[in-house]
Amino acid sequence: MTRRSIFPAIVTWLVLFFFYVPIILLVVNSFNLNSYGTAWKGFTLKWYTQLFVSDEGRAIWRSLYITVVVGALATLGSTILGTCAAFALHRYKSTLQNIHYTLIYTPLVLPEILIGISLLIFFASIHMPLGMTSIVLAHITFCVSYVTLAVLSRLQDFDMSVLEAARDLGASNWTTTWKVLVPIILPGILAGALLAFTLSIDDFVITFLVNGPGSTTLPIQIQGMIKRGRSMPLINSISSILLAITFLALLGSKLLMKTRPKK
Amino acid sequence: MKPSTPLRQRMLGEFAITLPSMIWLCIYFVLPTLIIFAIAFRSKGAYGGIGDTWTLNTLAELRNPDYPAIIWRTIWMSVICTLATLAISVPVAYHIARVSQWKRDILLLLTIIPFWTNLLIRIFAWRLVLHPQGMLRNLLISLHLIDPSTVFLGNPIAVLVVMIYTELPFAILPIYAAAEKFDFTLFEAAMDLGAGRLYAFFHVFLPGIREGLMSACLMIFIPLIGSYVIPDLVGGKDSQMIGNVIVRLALEQRNLPAAAAMSTVMFLIMSLPLLYYLKYTTAQHAKEVAK
Repeated sequence: MTRRSIFPAIVTWLVLFFFYVPIILLVVNSFNLNSYGTAWKGFTLKWYTQLFVSDEGRAIWRSLYITVVVGALATLGSTILGTCAAFALHRYKSTLQNIHYTLIYTPLVLPEILIGISLLIFFASIHMPLGMTSIVLAHITFCVSYVTLAVLSRLQDFDMSVLEAARDLGASNWTTTWKVLVPIILPGILAGALLAFTLSIDDFVITFLVNGPGSTTLPIQIQGMIKRGRSMPLINSISSILLAITFLALLGSKLLMKTRPKK
Repeated sequence: MKPSTPLRQRMLGEFAITLPSMIWLCIYFVLPTLIIFAIAFRSKGAYGGIGDTWTLNTLAELRNPDYPAIIWRTIWMSVICTLATLAISVPVAYHIARVSQWKRDILLLLTIIPFWTNLLIRIFAWRLVLHPQGMLRNLLISLHLIDPSTVFLGNPIAVLVVMIYTELPFAILPIYAAAEKFDFTLFEAAMDLGAGRLYAFFHVFLPGIREGLMSACLMIFIPLIGSYVIPDLVGGKDSQMIGNVIVRLALEQRNLPAAAAMSTVMFLIMSLPLLYYLKYTTAQHAKEVAK
């Protein structure tokens, strides 16, 4: 075998370095006494305690709560719509399904800002006040496509003849659905729901365009703090906490998948 | 599908599970998008609303002397960012596809983590790196690598760097998926037959992963045209893009018709790649269904 070039390995490690330097700097800075810039002035936990005692800290937790509520509602709505859509796309071959597929796929490629501005104009033209409702409606709309594709890819991997086999062996429709079909596609639905939840809590642009008074989500809150230049160290501490949660969740799901037998 | 199922019942079943998502997307996606094109020809209403009369004045408002430069910048920055991201992603995807399974898992996990991290948090982290009192700038100044008057934040270079940073996972993952399916013995065969390593890379490997490259390219180029947050938070006056104009028109000037007209301009710029991409994915889906 020919000796391989080390160039791709070097690029890979440089990219990973590039990925993590800002993130690590942010975490280190969350323990920095210096409240401007990143020059080290000493270790402190002040920014973490302030998250719990200051007004700005309370606003952050409140926005996190709103983010999670919006995320849960958007996940519920988009998972129901997306699972139905995936079944339809998988089961029927017709002109209707071709149109359906294009309709599902287009929001994935369109930039968020176009989706956001069109919803803003839509809500303005039907005189709907902006707030939690408009945000949840917008989030369901852009999450449906992701859920559909996640469930659809699971359905395509799955051999439908198992269902026939179950029926041939005397299982009723009810038993076939709940004992065979559901256990097989449940991981696809859960993956879709998780994706929808992550996209919803992460979304900034669309939320920014359709949000109203009293519905500040965490990304909007952070953007506002950056713009006003206020309590910046608190962004470091809340971000570090969220990073730790993301990291543990990803590691956990990776380990869970490891323990499950490969197909 | 059993042949005994009556056609009517079958169609009812299809409608029952197709219509919920279809109606939802028609109301909240198709209709609002069509409204954008219509509203661009409406007059401005009081209190930031939409007026009752039709007008061509909005198009005249787009004759702002700054706009051609902003539109041109949006295009060239998106092109450069797409090309740079692809150029970096190909060697990375190649490397991940060639290492052992456990290393591959770790590298993929490390690539996905930034992707699952909130975008605003990553942009904020970059503001720390590029901060005037930041470590990076101090380090480079003390090494005499840059002039003390150099500013990092608030220029097109900073915007490009952060855009590449956020787009990299979106390019690495699809290119890796294509590279994983690539048969590397072809690569070895080309080299055994006397091809240089670079020749084999450009003439065997790259054509082999063409589909992955194409979809990564469109998947990052189209959203880049719609960039808003990154130019807003790490860019300055000379790095504003169309997205910033749209938001300013809609939220600050409360001029929804003008924002709609500008959105139409953005839509036109990306319409060709968008149509191509949709045609391509629909064909892929048809192939998958036919299997």
